[in-house]
Amino acid sequence: MSDITISERQAGDVTILDLVGKVTIGEGSVALRSAIRRLLGEGKNKILLNLAGVGYIDSSGIGELVSSFTAVNKEGGTLKLLKLTQKIQDLLAITKLLTVFDVFDEESEALSSFA
Amino acid sequence: MAGIQELKLPSRLESVEEAAIRADEFAKEQGLGDDFVSAIDLAIRESVANAVKHGNKFAEEKTVDLTLARTDEGFEITVRDYGSGFQIDEIPDPTNPENLLKANGRGILFMRSFMDVVEWYNHEGGGMVVKMIKRQ
Repeated sequence: MSDITISERQAGDVTILDLVGKVTIGEGSVALRSAIRRLLGEGKNKILLNLAGVGYIDSSGIGELVSSFTAVNKEGGTLKLLKLTQKIQDLLAITKLLTVFDVFDEESEALSSFA
Repeated sequence: MAGIQELKLPSRLESVEEAAIRADEFAKEQGLGDDFVSAIDLAIRESVANAVKHGNKFAEEKTVDLTLARTDEGFEITVRDYGSGFQIDEIPDPTNPENLLKANGRGILFMRSFMDVVEWYNHEGGGMVVKMIKRQ
């Protein structure tokens, strides 16, 4: 069984990925990478990652968030984060990545920010 | 010492999960709380992943040796690999602006953030050991 499930929703021109499970070294990180590559391949470059269902992330998973962010930027798009758990927020603070990512608690607010 | 457990794990990514599960069970048996166990979990995952990837470089014939010990002080973890070692001072600081967008290099920062003591030394029989202590 995979460590992570990634579901896709569309809200206007923004693609929301709902992540449920663990984003860790191995499968979890690879699944996120594949999902982002696929979206970019389809020309979808406004991406909101909903992390509400991510119970666990390690340094490899954090690294994958950063790689996703840079990959999307490179394609002229934007990647933002939604609903961080306290744990993920702590890890992003430790790594100073809260200064890099746009982070939102409310989906509606996140979606308007892409406009 | 109130309890000790030793494990030898193969150099593959699945060992990270196995080490974390075993450490979680052991720490809970020792009556440690959720926050404490969560800190240990992260430190174990990061250190075992480093040993598999950077230390043993996935070489199947090399093991990752893990020791978990409940001590009077708290909880002590050692992780040994059989690689050629590294200089801790040469590891770039991932929080430097120039490194913020790098994909790798945050594991040691996490280990240091969640454990009270993190130190590395060369094992006399070869390889590197990282020793970590979480005080209670």
